[in-house]
Amino acid sequence: MGVRKAKHGLPLTIFFTIVSILYVYPIVLVIINSFKKKAYISRVPFEIPTDNMFVGLENYIRGIEQTDLISAFGWSIFITVFSVAAIILFCSMTAWYISRVNTKVTKVIYLLCLFAMVVPFQMEMYTLSKIANMLKMGNPWGIIVIYLGFGAGLSIFMFTGFMKSIPLEIEEAAMIDGCTPLQTFFRVVMPISKPTCVTVIILQAMWIWNDYLLPSLVLDQRKYKTIPMAVQYLKGGYGSVDMGAMMGTLVIAIVPIIIFYLFCQKYIIEGVVAGAVKG
Amino acid sequence: MQKAIKKYFPIFVLPTMIAFTIGFLAPFLLGIWLSFCKFTTVTDAEFIGLGNYLKILGDKEFIHAMWYTALFTIVTVLIINILAFAVALLLTKGIKGTNVFRTIFFMPNLIGGIVLGYVWQLLLNGILANFGRTLTYSEVYGFWGLVILMCWQQVGYMMIIYIAGIQNVPGDLIEAAKIDGANSRQILRHVTIPMVMPSITICTFLTLTNSFKLFDQNLALTNGAPSKMSELLALNIYNTFYGRAGWEGVGQAKAVIFFIIVGIIALVQNKLTRSKEVQQ
Repeated sequence: MGVRKAKHGLPLTIFFTIVSILYVYPIVLVIINSFKKKAYISRVPFEIPTDNMFVGLENYIRGIEQTDLISAFGWSIFITVFSVAAIILFCSMTAWYISRVNTKVTKVIYLLCLFAMVVPFQMEMYTLSKIANMLKMGNPWGIIVIYLGFGAGLSIFMFTGFMKSIPLEIEEAAMIDGCTPLQTFFRVVMPISKPTCVTVIILQAMWIWNDYLLPSLVLDQRKYKTIPMAVQYLKGGYGSVDMGAMMGTLVIAIVPIIIFYLFCQKYIIEGVVAGAVKG
Repeated sequence: MQKAIKKYFPIFVLPTMIAFTIGFLAPFLLGIWLSFCKFTTVTDAEFIGLGNYLKILGDKEFIHAMWYTALFTIVTVLIINILAFAVALLLTKGIKGTNVFRTIFFMPNLIGGIVLGYVWQLLLNGILANFGRTLTYSEVYGFWGLVILMCWQQVGYMMIIYIAGIQNVPGDLIEAAKIDGANSRQILRHVTIPMVMPSITICTFLTLTNSFKLFDQNLALTNGAPSKMSELLALNIYNTFYGRAGWEGVGQAKAVIFFIIVGIIALVQNKLTRSKEVQQ
């Protein structure tokens, strides 16, 4: 692509620079307002906090206290990491099994996975929350099982798509050399499937980290909150919202993810492209 | 080899299938059954046939949400895809800073819908305050507020899919068109767009389902105000379940209808994709 020379290089660069600044402006605005006294936020949102408007870190402290944000952060990380780990481990195993064993059962499982990708969450939400409640799964460990079940459709679909393209000879050679199916899978198949793993990890992590509805219906809110739940919790019943605490909470919810993104953006963008092409 | 693997069913398949049954299959089947029942919890369900579905017909809020969602979906699918494609075209010309711009435009996708909703509520209410209005002044403000928010979030996502598609167009194809005397507009219409058709199908499908199933952003930005006039379908179903006592069955019936519509969209889309794959 480097061969092609841009015709209107400089004007375009200037144009996109301006657009980029506008693009990040909403987030910058929240950061600016997070240092403002709460009474001023709704009244003069576009002003820079000066002497009597400036409150330092007060909004952050109130936000953290009111929503229990530190533990929400911890639970979000816990749930995302272990759910994604469970999805990668179990779904890749299932995908390999159904792409190598050709029976009616495996065909049905594959079709069910395709089907699950289409069904919207609203169809499930009421019954799922009741079932989770009955099985006492309203805790971060139980929700991992639910995420595994819910993420299985897309993940198995993507893993099967890739594993079908792995030449059988490689696995047969490993088995002739005395590997059990488990050893073959973990020593031969999994290492080859790394690119698909990265794609699945990125898609599922983005979904689970940001998911609001499922955890808010399944988890016991008094004990466990995730970050989106903590933000929504501030909105609460019908009373007026503490805009100061809200701004502080929003910044804490946004900034770490942006920093993480800037470090891994290459993988994230590649993962999304690969996921879209296969999905 | 098949035989050796087959014995390992309990290790390879069973754990996933148990989770799949709890998380997906059982709630789905129970949901279908309950849509024909009157109930307040799962255990006191009583079969009433099509009663719930008949109740929906008289539910003006649901009908309104249906139109509102359809309109919202059409508008966002068009704007997002046109903008994303245009930006992708400009960002594949090799201008300075391409990578930085791409990174910035994709960034909103890392942030959850609830958080984005409140970020934009601050900004849009701040602008509207100059005219003495707020986002919840009327359904029109909520509609365009949600459209702007969705575009801001999704253009970057679709853009990177389009960029990948455009970069896959073989360079010699464009060279050949140039030698044949095609100008850049003709190249775009007769070479680039047909070649990136798969990306267009994917992006249309993604934006279509994203907009149609939108919930978090709707909840955070307006929460349906004023008086449920800016409610999308997903939020309407949620409010029927959890906002109106005794209407759980109706909520479930609405969810079944919602599922059927999403299913039809997916099926039609799948057919269109297949027919295009044959041509290539």
